[in-house]
Amino acid sequence: MSINATLIGQMITFALLVWFTMKYIWPPLFDSLEERRKKIGEGLAAAEKGQEAMQLAEKKAKNVLKEAKEQSSEIVSLAQKRANEIVEESKDTAKKESDRLVHAAKAQIEQEIQQAKESLRQEVAVLALRAAEQILGAEIDHAKHQDIISKISNQLG
Amino acid sequence: MSTEAHAAEGATGYIIHHLTSLSVGEGFWTLNLDTLFFSAVLGVLFIWFFKTAADKATAGVPGLVQSFAEMLIEFVDNQVKDSFHGHSKVIAPLALTIFCWVFLWNFMDLFPVDILPLIGSLMGIEYLRVVPSTDLNATFAMSISVFCLIIFYSIKIKGGWGFAKELTLQPFGPWLLPFNLLLKLVEEFAKPISLALRLFGNLYAGELIFILIALLPWYIQPVLSFPWAIFHILIITLQAFIFMVLTVVYLSMAHEDH
Repeated sequence: MSINATLIGQMITFALLVWFTMKYIWPPLFDSLEERRKKIGEGLAAAEKGQEAMQLAEKKAKNVLKEAKEQSSEIVSLAQKRANEIVEESKDTAKKESDRLVHAAKAQIEQEIQQAKESLRQEVAVLALRAAEQILGAEIDHAKHQDIISKISNQLG
Repeated sequence: MSTEAHAAEGATGYIIHHLTSLSVGEGFWTLNLDTLFFSAVLGVLFIWFFKTAADKATAGVPGLVQSFAEMLIEFVDNQVKDSFHGHSKVIAPLALTIFCWVFLWNFMDLFPVDILPLIGSLMGIEYLRVVPSTDLNATFAMSISVFCLIIFYSIKIKGGWGFAKELTLQPFGPWLLPFNLLLKLVEEFAKPISLALRLFGNLYAGELIFILIALLPWYIQPVLSFPWAIFHILIITLQAFIFMVLTVVYLSMAHEDH
């Protein structure tokens, strides 16, 4: 029960234990704890960074998509416009062509009418002359009356 | 060591037998072999466990041993950080050693009171006290070591003159110098004495109650010893914790410069 030399022995044991803990136990375990804490921190930071990068990429992708959509709609509208233009143009050309054709036809018709008129006139002149010959009962000298015949045929035209 | 064998000596004899150390030597130069042996074995156990963990320590995924060791390390480190604001390479390992060693000492209390002495008697050892913390020598050895560290750090941090001034000029100023000194000395010496006696008293009383329960008829024993053992789990941890925290607090007081 009383204090005796055991005290000294115990103090020595205690000192040895503390020394050993200080030298060989606390530092490696504590360091590994600290290192893990650091690692975890770094990992979390990296994860956050990755997430941020992902968000950025998403945003970028959205922008690109939006741009592409805009561009495509632009292209589509341009194409539509161009198609309209082409249609208009072709309508125009068609109209012009038809006008031209109509004109040509009209001109031809006119020409033919003229020709018909001409030939009719000549025939009428000849007929009139014949009729006049009959009426006059005499032969008209063609060379003499050339003037009159052409005058008449002109009046008939 | 059955109860019948002690019937001749009676209950008192049984108790005294259980509380007598296995010792050699005379007078002051007596060595309590059981205290020295068990505390050394427990110390080696503590060192072995933590050394195993430290050798395999990795910053990656820790194993079971390392996790447990790190849990204790973090627990002690938090306690130290709570009360000690400075840098010291000694205090945290010291606190860890104290907590684990005292806990293991106290844990010996949970072995049935007769089993180890019975094994001892079969090996021809007459007396055996298995709980080192029921030996004043063990508790005082630890608290005196802590006291030496307190004095050492007081002088190291404040200087010899600063420490002397703190001892003599507070709390009542220079005119009451002897009174201050007396007060401070009592305060300082109360630290190791209270540390040692608190641990010793708790464990001694606990062990005594186990011995008293062991004296009762066998059919009553489990009813009493079971709840007391469960309660004791709390006590042994608490006492180890108190010893550690107070050591840290005393040492941080020694580090504070007024």
